[in-house]
Amino acid sequence: MNERETVKSDPQFKYEVSKMHGGENLLRCFQCGTCTSDCPIAKFSETYRPRQIIRMVQFGMKDDVLKSDTLWLCASCFTCTDRCPQDVEVASVIRVLRNLAAQQGLAPQMFKDQCASIMESGYAYRIPESRLKKRESTGLPPLPKGNAESICKSLKGVDFVDHVQGGK
Amino acid sequence: MTTNKYLIFLGCAIPYRVAAFEISARKILAKLGVDLVEMPEFNCCGLPLDPVSHEAMLILAARNLALAEQKGLPIITLCPGCAGTLKKVNRLLKEDKASREEVNKHLREVGLEFKGTTDAKHLMQVLIEDVGLEKIKDTVVKPLTMLKVAEHNGCHILRPKEYIGFDDPEDPKTLKTLIEATGAKCLDYLDETECCGAPSVGISDKVALQLARDKLNNIKMVSAQALITICPFCHIMYDTNELRIEKMFNETYGIPVLHYPQLLGLAMGIKPEELGFSELKVNVSDLMKQIGEV
Ligand code: SF4
Ligand code: SF4
Repeated sequence: MNERETVKSDPQFKYEVSKMHGGENLLRCFQCGTCTSDCPIAKFSETYRPRQIIRMVQFGMKDDVLKSDTLWLCASCFTCTDRCPQDVEVASVIRVLRNLAAQQGLAPQMFKDQCASIMESGYAYRIPESRLKKRESTGLPPLPKGNAESICKSLKGVDFVDHVQGGK
Repeated sequence: MTTNKYLIFLGCAIPYRVAAFEISARKILAKLGVDLVEMPEFNCCGLPLDPVSHEAMLILAARNLALAEQKGLPIITLCPGCAGTLKKVNRLLKEDKASREEVNKHLREVGLEFKGTTDAKHLMQVLIEDVGLEKIKDTVVKPLTMLKVAEHNGCHILRPKEYIGFDDPEDPKTLKTLIEATGAKCLDYLDETECCGAPSVGISDKVALQLARDKLNNIKMVSAQALITICPFCHIMYDTNELRIEKMFNETYGIPVLHYPQLLGLAMGIKPEELGFSELKVNVSDLMKQIGEV
């Protein structure tokens, strides 16, 4: 049978992204490729291409974009944002897409761990006791403590955070 | 507003694994007469969660700004990631009423409120804008004229330009100027402003380390005796990971990576033992010999 592969497309997706903070100028992209050619990650990754991601969003390829692993490669260096001739905040568009992917449960484990750690201690990493002792011996003042209860309470109702907390 | 009193915001990476940066920064700031007050309580600036929840990032950053407002002090950070985040959020919430109201709904639950009455700056910005170059030069008692070094700024101190508004991201001069204030020569090299790759560690170590390798190759090419950084993450990439990169790609560098306050500290005549040099991974003994600190 000669079945042609069709790409699932959501024509509303580009509007959904443009409505979010940082995604506003998405539709202005005229595909010049400056973002990809200046992207330090694209220089060494065989798959990561910001221009292509922007185009896929314009085409409504929601699933393909949100499920793609390469989305998480961006180093958030903002070179693309600073150099885009059309004022597309490329790095922020990538962030919007990652946020949407995270809402679907697609965030890498690393982010869930950091979120859990912040809610427990205020710090994104679990700082070992030995480090705290070493601070004292090198004459550094005690590390300010996190107020876990207050942190958790102020983050209540935030989608990703509730997810991490619920999944604990 | 020029002040000499700040709330010091350490961030997460520095207390976790980059102690030398804090040790040396506190030393030089004391010498320069900058007063540091510790944060009353701490939470992450929010940047690590921005990729998964912009909203969580805004709330975490605003919590810190609100705490600083209560203290009536501006924030100084050592990490450009924290500085960039606090600055961006401060500006956004000052300008955008709807976002501010949304964030304040969360903060009011815990008795806090963002009012937009304080400021956040990175160490480098405090040094150049508030302390001033002349005062820094005045504290140099041991000019490091025998040294030729390279600098790496890191992205978040400069980009995105529109929100950060500090120096020129395409041709940054501040760190170079601060380095030359110590008497050392700062060399130009290829792709100086390119990212170190740190944020992609854990997602693809291979890609991230290739970025750092590329930079180390360019730095080696100009025969820099040391690399000077002002970001804990960039420092981890070049110092902590230098050996790993050498092994992985069959290269040899042996380039010591110093936090800028360590360099300035040496020029101020502070002993290396007091500047956290023992925390560095790449061997610094040759460098120490060159500057007469054996
Ligand atoms: S630089 Fe801007 S206009 Fe050019 S392809 Fe990238 S997003 Fe589109
Ligand atoms: S912010 Fe991301 S997409 Fe843009 S240049 Fe940097 S790594 Fe590439």
